[in-house]
Amino acid sequence: MGILEVKNVGKRFGGLQALGDVNLSVAENTVHAIIGPNGAGKSTLLNCLVGKLIPDTGSVMFDGQSVLGRKPFEINQMGISRVFQTPEIFGDLSVMENMMIPCFAKRDGAFTANAYAAMMRDKEIIERAEHVLEDMNMADKRHMNAASMSRGDKRRLEIGMCLSQEPRLLLLDEPTAGMARADTNNTIDLLKQIKEERDITISIIEHDMHVVFSLAERITVLAQGTPLVEDTPDNIKGHPKVREAYLGEAAAA
Amino acid sequence: MFGLDKKDFRLLLLVAVLVALAPFILNPFPEGSGMAQFNAGYPDLMQRFVIFGIFAIGFNILFGLTGYLSFGHAAFLGVGSYAAIWMMKLLTMNVIPAIIVSVIVAGIFSLAVGWISLRRSGIYFSILTLAFAQMSYSLAYSVLTPITGGETGLQPKVNDPRILDGTLANGATPKANLFGLEMGSSFNLDVGAWVFTFNVGYYLAGIVMLLAFYLSIRIFRSPFGMMLRAVKSNQQRLNYTGLNAKPYTLAAFVISGMYAGLAGGLMVAMDTQVGAERMFWTASGEVVLMSILGGVGTLIGPVLGAGAIKYMENILSKINSDILHTWFAFLPDGLEDFVVTLIYPFIGKGWHLTLGLIFMLVVIFLPGGLVEGGQRVARLFGRKKKSTDTPDGKTTPAE
Repeated sequence: MGILEVKNVGKRFGGLQALGDVNLSVAENTVHAIIGPNGAGKSTLLNCLVGKLIPDTGSVMFDGQSVLGRKPFEINQMGISRVFQTPEIFGDLSVMENMMIPCFAKRDGAFTANAYAAMMRDKEIIERAEHVLEDMNMADKRHMNAASMSRGDKRRLEIGMCLSQEPRLLLLDEPTAGMARADTNNTIDLLKQIKEERDITISIIEHDMHVVFSLAERITVLAQGTPLVEDTPDNIKGHPKVREAYLGEAAAA
Repeated sequence: MFGLDKKDFRLLLLVAVLVALAPFILNPFPEGSGMAQFNAGYPDLMQRFVIFGIFAIGFNILFGLTGYLSFGHAAFLGVGSYAAIWMMKLLTMNVIPAIIVSVIVAGIFSLAVGWISLRRSGIYFSILTLAFAQMSYSLAYSVLTPITGGETGLQPKVNDPRILDGTLANGATPKANLFGLEMGSSFNLDVGAWVFTFNVGYYLAGIVMLLAFYLSIRIFRSPFGMMLRAVKSNQQRLNYTGLNAKPYTLAAFVISGMYAGLAGGLMVAMDTQVGAERMFWTASGEVVLMSILGGVGTLIGPVLGAGAIKYMENILSKINSDILHTWFAFLPDGLEDFVVTLIYPFIGKGWHLTLGLIFMLVVIFLPGGLVEGGQRVARLFGRKKKSTDTPDGKTTPAE
């Protein structure tokens, strides 16, 4: 029994069957990659996991509890954090404030009426945020405006924000999309380091095979809304069905 | 001090000193001199400065922090005013119950309006709040006449029940007071050619404004305030960080509605009458202008904006063509008439034109409002120490 169990999930947008009949089991404390050509339904599947979309059929269980019908913030409070394709951070706020917000969310829950408390005197939160910033090698940027940072640093901050909540499952949606090679490699190293240092399950959606094969312990290949194969990276590499799915796409384009 | 850091405490202290010394600061010109008409140190106007300051401070908590632009805040001001006047009619002419009840009633009303309006964001939210405010205005004028007095509005009358006060003699006028201290009473200090007026009502309103200002600093510097700024910055990230944006925005909406109600209650305490025109949409628009003119999302900006607009409304509008002629009497006749004709559209009833021009100039050249203007002037004089902690004046809600 995995920490995340997806059973018979289907999702239709008008005439398009985005997800057919997806079954997926992500084992605890592994890195599980979901790959597939464009339009395979990877993002749709991810959105079904975090509450952005509600699947038409099937069930999604996280740690024995259903996530269906819950709002994104409730699912996050259950222990699932999500990193977006383009880094979603609080651009108007400083790096330190960006890091403090998830720390507050972790400690105080989805809503706390603490309008009279002094934020900068909350030692517990500040220490926690500074600790994560140091982990991310961003302590020197703490006063910077988050929007003014490079793409790679924004990604690093976003991952840090997710980690500060100590999630049990970290979902990454093409974390290296649009990144330079150096930034991509930095992100891979960061994720490897995260995996080594904590008990965390990582599920990653990715186009870049270099990233996938550097990180994943298990890979699910999705094509046209249904999982083709699920196996270890070594077996996936030479799998004929996978080649067909990718080459078929290349031939069509 | 008071749970504020040094910078914020200095700002609070500065505002407190300005409020306390306003009768001097706003009356720089001797009585009877040609410039005396630019004096703003008379009770009625000083009261308006602080009351609209409160209104704008509260509005800024919603608009400045969350970015939700409400176009209906005058409704809460009006509801607060009606609540206050009813307290004066039914309970007592003491202003304390009137002010407290105005805040509570405006809070309840804003909870209902916010609950519905906050289902949408952006322009749809603005339109919903505008619709609510215009509805309240129309209702106050028509079907709610038994409660609101309709076109004539409401004033305390001699024969109102007022269960806590003794009955007034026939012909006496009920006056708003604070445990017997009348709001309208003033003390005049003559110093040479100058006359400084110290008014009880003004100082009460001033103290309330300082409390309101202090509270807004606390909100700005609290985790709650940071969440509100996060709502403005990126709601998507907020949702996926396990935070529920709805109660945060609703709380901000209700807090700012209560500030508006407080302002409305104080208006009644100073001048015991209400009319529905207080809720008209132009009044809602005015507080938006105040916030933007002063500096959205800054602490002191809305107060400055409120002061600037109320000053223009009351001082600029009093200049007439006769006064212009005396100013330019030194010019040759033809030229004098020409200059007066040129300036005339911008003064008197045309003061809105001046306001509009200033507003446009501020929005185009000083997007951060008067506060940004002040920061630029300060930087010009070589105080560059801020460059590290405020990399961008627009996004840091300091000062």
